[in-house]
Amino acid sequence: MIRESFSEGNSWIHGIDPRLRVTGATAFAVVVAVSYDFRTLTTALLLALCMALSARLDFREVMRRLLAPLIFLLLLWAVLPWSYEGDTLKVWGPLVITRPGVTLCAQISLKTICLMVAFMALVATMTVDTLGHTLNRLWLPDKMVHMLLITYRYLFVIELEYQRLVRAMKIRNFHPKTNLHSYRTYAYLVGMLFVRASERARRVHSAMICRGFNGRFVSLRTFPPNLRNYIFLLGISFSIVVLVTLEWMK
Amino acid sequence: MHISEGVLGAPVLVAGAAVAVACTAVGLKKLELDRVAQAGILSAAFFVASLIHVPVGPSSVHLILNGIVGLLLGWAAFPAILTALVLQAMMFQYGGITTLGVNTVIMALPAVVCYHLCGPFIHKPPRIAVPAAFACGAGSVFLGAILAGASLIFTEGSFLEVAGLIVTAHLPVMAIEGIVTVFCVAFLKKVKPEMLPGYDAAVFAQAKN
Repeated sequence: MIRESFSEGNSWIHGIDPRLRVTGATAFAVVVAVSYDFRTLTTALLLALCMALSARLDFREVMRRLLAPLIFLLLLWAVLPWSYEGDTLKVWGPLVITRPGVTLCAQISLKTICLMVAFMALVATMTVDTLGHTLNRLWLPDKMVHMLLITYRYLFVIELEYQRLVRAMKIRNFHPKTNLHSYRTYAYLVGMLFVRASERARRVHSAMICRGFNGRFVSLRTFPPNLRNYIFLLGISFSIVVLVTLEWMK
Repeated sequence: MHISEGVLGAPVLVAGAAVAVACTAVGLKKLELDRVAQAGILSAAFFVASLIHVPVGPSSVHLILNGIVGLLLGWAAFPAILTALVLQAMMFQYGGITTLGVNTVIMALPAVVCYHLCGPFIHKPPRIAVPAAFACGAGSVFLGAILAGASLIFTEGSFLEVAGLIVTAHLPVMAIEGIVTVFCVAFLKKVKPEMLPGYDAAVFAQAKN
């Protein structure tokens, strides 16, 4: 099942105004993504870890999410140190490990982990519908917000449909193998998903028309002010100023 | 086909975001109000279908299907794929804020290109339609891998080896996507041909008689 595990928590971070969290996370991510100084990156990593701690994220869940990017980083560590031109750090037989290669790998690894942890702590801790209403307040076009929310709404419906089709395939003793028959079966499964999605969309659209849909997105969600918002705003602005200073003021 | 956060340099990230914003704006502009629900729910189906793992020998790959999304949605593939990527970021943390633009371009631009190149041939007789569908499925993955590789190389010239590895790793995926797209298009042509581009009800009625 598809689950939004981080959004279910109930911590200090979960209570902050989502608009602030989205803008804060974006500003943080932009600054970190363009930084190369190790002082900046380690500070950012510490900040990200603090955010993860105060959002009380499940440590094992965080590690599981980091697995895929870690594999990519491993690939970089396997290729870049010897393929990068530059002064030599170490010689292992025919392989020459260069200093800039190792530096670049370390920078990328720090950035990747830092950006992902911060995203998990600040943005993944809200549900997608909250994100939709938030982005609407942050001037995302109505159509885009509609699409995001409709997709989110019907994601779980389509997933159930998918599971039903897979169950039917299993009952007919379908065992996936590397052959044309399997690929054809999967292609028909995908095709059926699209057909059913399209049929459902027709009905959904009719229902929307019945309720007076005219393309305007009316968000009834309120984001009440609270003290935490100001503390967070202060904290994240201060962190970004510190990061920018560390990176660009030598 | 994701590039993780923190790998790409600022110019590539900015360029990716700019192209993604511009093309998504075009996609939204071309998406009539009647088709918003259609695009949203197809985007959900695309998200679910991309969770399907098909076996390749001892291992397995997951479907990407951006070629079919292109055929079904045309320019609206941009907002649809952007939506799917936002959901993937929210639920599985594949990708993130700064790479959202680049990743959208990597997947959606090939979809739109294949829609324009292969779309007109889908309703032709099988000897034309089958190669066109294969080209659409395989080509959109190939173009995507090339774009991913290019964004790495433009970040740092020495990413050449890694970029090469990525394109090579996608070769079997290309073949599988091509085959799956051929069958999927054949299925849709039988079951619901009006979903595919260039469908003309009058021509079909004539052909049937």
